[in-house]
Amino acid sequence: MRAWLLRPHAKGVLALLCALPALWLLTGAFQDRLGPNPAEALIRGTGDWTLRALCLVLAVTPLRVITGTPALARFRRLLGLNVFAYATLHLLCYAWLDMGLELPDIAKDIAKRPFILVGFAATVMLLLLAATSFQRAQRWLGAKRWQQLHRAVYAVAVLAILHFYWMRAGKQDFAEVAVYAAVLGLLLGWRVWHARLKQARR
Amino acid sequence: MFFRSSNNGFVHPHASEITPQRVYQQRRAFMQHLATGAAGASLAAWASREAMAQGATARPGKLAPLPGKVSTVSGAAVMEKITAYQDASTYNNFYEFGTDKADPARNAHTLKTDPWAIDIEGLVKKPGRWDLADLLKLSPMEERIYRMRCVEGWSMVVPWVGYSLAELIRKVEPLGSAKYVSFQTLADPKTMPFVGSRVLDWPYEEGLRLDEAMHPLTLLCFGMYGEVLPKQNGAPVRLVVPWKYGFKNAKSLVKIRFTEQQPATAWNKAAANEYGFYSNVNPNVDHPRWSQATERRLGEDGLLSKKRKTLMFNGYEAQVASLYAGMDLRKNF
Repeated sequence: MRAWLLRPHAKGVLALLCALPALWLLTGAFQDRLGPNPAEALIRGTGDWTLRALCLVLAVTPLRVITGTPALARFRRLLGLNVFAYATLHLLCYAWLDMGLELPDIAKDIAKRPFILVGFAATVMLLLLAATSFQRAQRWLGAKRWQQLHRAVYAVAVLAILHFYWMRAGKQDFAEVAVYAAVLGLLLGWRVWHARLKQARR
Repeated sequence: MFFRSSNNGFVHPHASEITPQRVYQQRRAFMQHLATGAAGASLAAWASREAMAQGATARPGKLAPLPGKVSTVSGAAVMEKITAYQDASTYNNFYEFGTDKADPARNAHTLKTDPWAIDIEGLVKKPGRWDLADLLKLSPMEERIYRMRCVEGWSMVVPWVGYSLAELIRKVEPLGSAKYVSFQTLADPKTMPFVGSRVLDWPYEEGLRLDEAMHPLTLLCFGMYGEVLPKQNGAPVRLVVPWKYGFKNAKSLVKIRFTEQQPATAWNKAAANEYGFYSNVNPNVDHPRWSQATERRLGEDGLLSKKRKTLMFNGYEAQVASLYAGMDLRKNF
């Protein structure tokens, strides 16, 4: 397994796996498999997969440390870009299917509805992180500043949960929100705990 | 020509050339009349196909038939494409069976609709219990093809079967002091798995002003698509008020109560700033969290087509606007 993780094609296989949910949704739209309201199914489906992708990328470091598998670090950028890709699809589905790509309407909607604003803010932050994810950007920023900037992903996680919570508040149906909040809370909590442990050892 | 009047600018038809809506809507009745054999046999076959294509008699063949004659009530037969039965019976809000749109169709099979009765209570001369069988016989069944606009921003066109609620109200003789009518849905935790969840106060209650309840468009509904109601759509008897948001249409009714005070309603209790007592469809009054100016017609508007404009009173302005003359609809949303 560990040897396989270092294989050159491992990244390609992972990228393919990441694309599967998007392909499933897209073909679903063409095959009329998404139920009576396919627009809603696409918007919600891409949103769900953004949250799952976020959980996945934030699990990399804890898994790497806990299992002692340095090779996992290879996949961090790919999985981070995967979050950005799904968030972009989610935003695109909303802007196109719900708002008909009417930019003034979209701007008004973002200003008017807090949960849209929060989701939009999270996507803008992801764009910033995706744009600085390449090695040249890393060198240009310097390792320390780059790391500080990319800690913004923790803020993205908090905003994403708030976005989901507000969206479900209409039906006061928080069961799924609680699951994602618990997973992301655990992954962020582990980081706090681990950082304190490292500090104490020094 | 410098002075604009309604007579220049565009070519207007003479008022006398415009087919009155009533006459226009009689076409369906005419088609059915033909189909039932008044015309020659070959013509009847063609006409019945035509009438079926209009949805009047097209049955999905899933449940017991419940035919209705074409209604003569103004506005009772929208000439728009009827939503597929499959969509109308699998995309439902019926929170007693779960909050996901697909939940009711999955879970509502546990609902027991036989025996069933509605209790009539409150300010009426003749209170009492009405068995479903008696309700079914109270007045001839009519087919009403209504637009159904959900507060969430989607809509359908559904051929309901039932009769004007006014028929029942007249039978029970409201007292002069009765000003409002409230409707209560069954709340049986044994057969309705989500009764007891904290989303809403159970039982589900809705309400109308007495004059709204007496309006001929307000339907006591027993069926759809020529058959009895599927359980997920509120079997065996529900309310349909086509000019209001869908949640006003209380399902699986067990109680109708006449009161002097405005009754509490489920969604108003849950979020008073979002869901008013009236909840008339109104493109000019937004929900606090989203716009009500447009809607998506399920099964008809393509995935990438723009959402259609929502109509004032869901397109029933001609029939119901007078009920709200002089009222501030922003305040009384």
